[in-house]
Amino acid sequence: MPTRTVLVGSASGLHARPAALFVAEAAKQPVLVTIRTGDKKPVPARSMLAVLSLGAKKGTEVTLEADGDDAQAAVDTLADLLERDLDAVDA
Amino acid sequence: MRELRGIGASPGGAAGPVYRLAPPPALPPLVEPVDPEAEKTAVRAAVLAVAADLTRRADTALEATAAEVLRAQVMMAQDETLIDAADIAIDGGADAPHAITDVLAGHRAVFEAAGGYLAERVSDLDDLRDRLVAACLGQPMPGVPDPGHPYLLIARDLAPADTAGLEPAMVLGLVTAEGGPTSHTAILARTLGIPAVVRCAGILDVADGALASLDGASGVVVAGVSAETVTTVNADRLAEIERRARSHGPGRTADGHPVALLANIGSARDITGEVEGVGLFRTELLYLDRVDPPSHEEQVAAYRDVFAALPGRKVVVRTLDAGADKPLPFLRLADEPNPALGVRGLRVARQAPSVLTAQLAAIAAAAAATDADVWVMAPMVATVAEAAAFTESCREHGLPTAGVMIEVPAAALRASQLMCHADFLSVGTNDLSQYTFAADRMCGDLADLLDPWQPALIALLASCAAAGVEAGKPVGVCGESAADPSFALVLAGLGITSLSMAPRSIPAVRESLAAHTVNECRQIAEAALAAPSPEAARAAAAGASRQLRFGDGVSVR
Repeated sequence: MPTRTVLVGSASGLHARPAALFVAEAAKQPVLVTIRTGDKKPVPARSMLAVLSLGAKKGTEVTLEADGDDAQAAVDTLADLLERDLDAVDA
Repeated sequence: MRELRGIGASPGGAAGPVYRLAPPPALPPLVEPVDPEAEKTAVRAAVLAVAADLTRRADTALEATAAEVLRAQVMMAQDETLIDAADIAIDGGADAPHAITDVLAGHRAVFEAAGGYLAERVSDLDDLRDRLVAACLGQPMPGVPDPGHPYLLIARDLAPADTAGLEPAMVLGLVTAEGGPTSHTAILARTLGIPAVVRCAGILDVADGALASLDGASGVVVAGVSAETVTTVNADRLAEIERRARSHGPGRTADGHPVALLANIGSARDITGEVEGVGLFRTELLYLDRVDPPSHEEQVAAYRDVFAALPGRKVVVRTLDAGADKPLPFLRLADEPNPALGVRGLRVARQAPSVLTAQLAAIAAAAAATDADVWVMAPMVATVAEAAAFTESCREHGLPTAGVMIEVPAAALRASQLMCHADFLSVGTNDLSQYTFAADRMCGDLADLLDPWQPALIALLASCAAAGVEAGKPVGVCGESAADPSFALVLAGLGITSLSMAPRSIPAVRESLAAHTVNECRQIAEAALAAPSPEAARAAAAGASRQLRFGDGVSVR
C-alpha cells in the first residue's frame, strides 16, 4: 500500500489556510487518502475536522496512506503539498 | 408608520431595512425520532443550507481573513465524517439537532484539549453548531445577519462576542431592545461612529426586511418608513459625515471660548486623526492576564509610545484602575460580594502600594524621555486625604501635574477641598452616575437612572466645575457623556474645561460647540440644571439652544 511520511512544512502547521488547501486537494483525489501522526489512528485526509484535530505543527511527522488505482500518485501529490510552506504561497 | 422610543446612545440619523441578530437556538428536549431516515435527511439539508449561506458570506466578505475563516467553516460543515457520525448518532436514537450537537461536542473537546490555535477555533465550531441546529429547527441563522447590503442591526442586546464579526460598512445603525447608554452596544456604536438607539421596547416586533429610521440623538425610531425617507436620511447622514471630516482645530465655542477636545485611549494605536491631546489614557491593557506585574522597562516603553506620538500635547494618564470587577491575577484580590463597592482603583494601593509607586516611576521615566505634557490622575478617589496622598506621591516621583478623578459622589461634594491638593479634576460620568444613583452600570433595567441628563448628575458636575472656576484649575469630563454633542454644550456652559471621548466622536462635538456662544452654553446648562427629569433636561436644553445652521442640527432635538 503506497505510504509516505513527511514533515509538515507550513509555518502555522496544518491549521488555517494550509489545512484548507490540503483538505481541498485531498477531496480532489480519486482514492481515499488517510493521514496520521505517529502511531495514532489514521483519519480521512478529506475531513477538515479530523485533519485539524491532528494538531500537526510545523515539523510534525505525518504519514499518508492510500489504496487502489492511482494511490501512489494521490499520496505523492498530497505529500508534496504538505512539505511546502503553504502559508507563504499565494493561492 | 409606527413611532418607537428608546434612549439615544450614539448620535446621527440612519435608515434602512432592519435585520435582527438572532440568539443561538435553544436545543429542544430530545424526542426519539419515529423516522430516523427523515432525521438523516434533515442533517443533510441543514449542511447544504448552512454551507451555501457561509459560502455566500465568504464571497461577499470585505476582509480576506474573515473570508478565510468562513471558508474553513464551510469545509467543516461539508465534512463527510460529520454526516457519517451524525447518522450513527441518529441510529442510536438521537434526532437531527441532538446528533449534530453531540458530534460537534466531540470535536470541540479535542480542539479545546489541544490548546493554542485549535482552542481559539472552538468558537467557530460553536457557531457552526448553532447554525446547523437553527437550520434543522427552521429558525433564523444566529449571529450577526449578513443580508448582502447595508442594514439596521436590531437585537435584544449586543455582547462583545456578537459584534466581533460586525462589518461597520454594512451596519447603518443599531437599535437594541435592552442595554443602556453605557452598555457595550452604546460604547461600540460611538467608537465606530454608528448611530444607535438602546432600550427601545418593541423593536423586536419589527419584521426582518422592514424599513425603519432612527435618530441616535433623540432616541426616536420609526418603523415602516418609505424608501424615499431612507434615501433622504442616509444622504443627510453622509453629508453630515463629510462636513465633519473637514472640521478641524481645537475645540471652541462660536465666540472662541476654548473647550479642549481630547481622546480616550488604551494604547498608542488608538490615537487616530488630529487630536489636541489625550484626556484619558487607560493603563489596564498592560496589566491584563498577567501573573506578575509588568516590568519597569515594559511599562516605560508602553507609556513612551503614547507620549512620543503627542509631542507638546497634553496626555492625562490614569493610574491602574483594577478591582474585583476588573480582576488582575497578580493583585490576588479577594472575591467581594459587591466588587463595584470594594477595593478598586486607588484603593488597591492600600493593599499593594508598590504597584502604584512602580507605575508612577515608570510614567515619570517615560515622560522625561519625551516632550509630551504628562498629567497623572488616580481613579476612585473618595476623600481629601486620598487626594493629598496621591498627589504628594506623584510629586515625589517628579510628576508635576497630579489630579484625581471624580467618580464617587463623596469626592464631587468636596471638589473645592480636593482642589487644595489636586492640580485638576476629571469627572468620570459613567461611574459617577452608577454611584450617585446606586444603579449598576451593567444593569440594563436601570438604564434610565444612568442617563447623563439626570439633573442630579448635572448638579454634581456643576459643583465640580464651579470649584474649578473658583480655584482657577481645569476640570474635565472623560465619561461617555462628553461624546454627546448636546450634552457637551451643557458641560461647556457649566465651566468644564475639557471633554475627553473616543477620537471618532470629536468632530460632532467640535461642530456642536462651534455653533454656540459660551453664553448660549451657559443658558443651556442652566435650563438643564433646573429641569425636573432627564427628558425635561434634554427638552429644556434643546429649547434654550438657538436654531442651528443645519436643518437637523445636532443640538435641536
